[in-house]
Amino acid sequence: MSTIITVIVVIGALFLVAAAIYAVHKKDLVVATVATSVISLVLSAFYFILQAPDVALTEAAIGVALTTIIFIVIIRNTKRFED
Amino acid sequence: MEQVLTYVGYIFVVIGAIFLFLGGLGIVRLPDIYCRLQAGTKASTLGAMSLILGVGFLQPQWMIKALIIIVFIALSNPLSSHALARGSYRHKIRPWTKEDIDAYAQYIKEQGENEAAEEDKQQEKQES
Amino acid sequence: MGITIHLIDYIVLGIISVALLLDFYRFTRGPLASDRVMATDTMTVSTTALLVFLGYLFDRYIYLDIALIYAVLGFIGVIVIARYLEGGV
Repeated sequence: MSTIITVIVVIGALFLVAAAIYAVHKKDLVVATVATSVISLVLSAFYFILQAPDVALTEAAIGVALTTIIFIVIIRNTKRFED
Repeated sequence: MEQVLTYVGYIFVVIGAIFLFLGGLGIVRLPDIYCRLQAGTKASTLGAMSLILGVGFLQPQWMIKALIIIVFIALSNPLSSHALARGSYRHKIRPWTKEDIDAYAQYIKEQGENEAAEEDKQQEKQES
Repeated sequence: MGITIHLIDYIVLGIISVALLLDFYRFTRGPLASDRVMATDTMTVSTTALLVFLGYLFDRYIYLDIALIYAVLGFIGVIVIARYLEGGV
């Protein structure tokens, strides 16, 4: 049981680091927003595996909907591409 | 009886996992955004629904909540896919085709002509 | 954790992990923003299925609530981004 959980956690950590690098380095801010959503998804799965379902519930609700809406409204009011 | 439910549940779970894998394969292999959208939505929706139904068979007390999750996935996932395809098309991303066929562009053109004709009629009514 | 786990559970978890890897490959590689949004949407659905199956393996009924939240709220972000690409919000 612990072996396959370890494998899933390692794959998730890989996703986490790669998505964080994308969120920092991409010039297209819509892509950075999507990368933030991926980070939230993986973090929620981590909280789930660490047996904290309440924290995972909050992270899922905030990360998948609220931050995306707020960032897209901000991008709409400013501009899409970073200089 | 429990043995039969366990076998049926694992059959559904394995079918669901295989369909999720096929959805990922289609996302990697297909040529443009619209083809990838249909692979990523249809196959993944069927896979997730089948897997959750299998878990509902494995634990019969969980069946009601599993059915609620299935209903929400079946409602929400095609909705987001449709919105994304429409947004991509209006964002001037052309579909990948062998012949130069674009039925949606013709539809938009005819619709625009119909709306223009209706506006002309309304203006004529107002003037008369 | 005191849970009996069979070979078929390992196989199912492995197949879902490979599916998630393929989705993430398209996320890193996709040429357009729409490709990345679509890969994220597919990852959300696959993760919902994975969380339900892990909840069965952990044998905790409360874990299905997180999958329910993903199934209910997962499409809102994609619709907002699609409306932004269309030009409206």
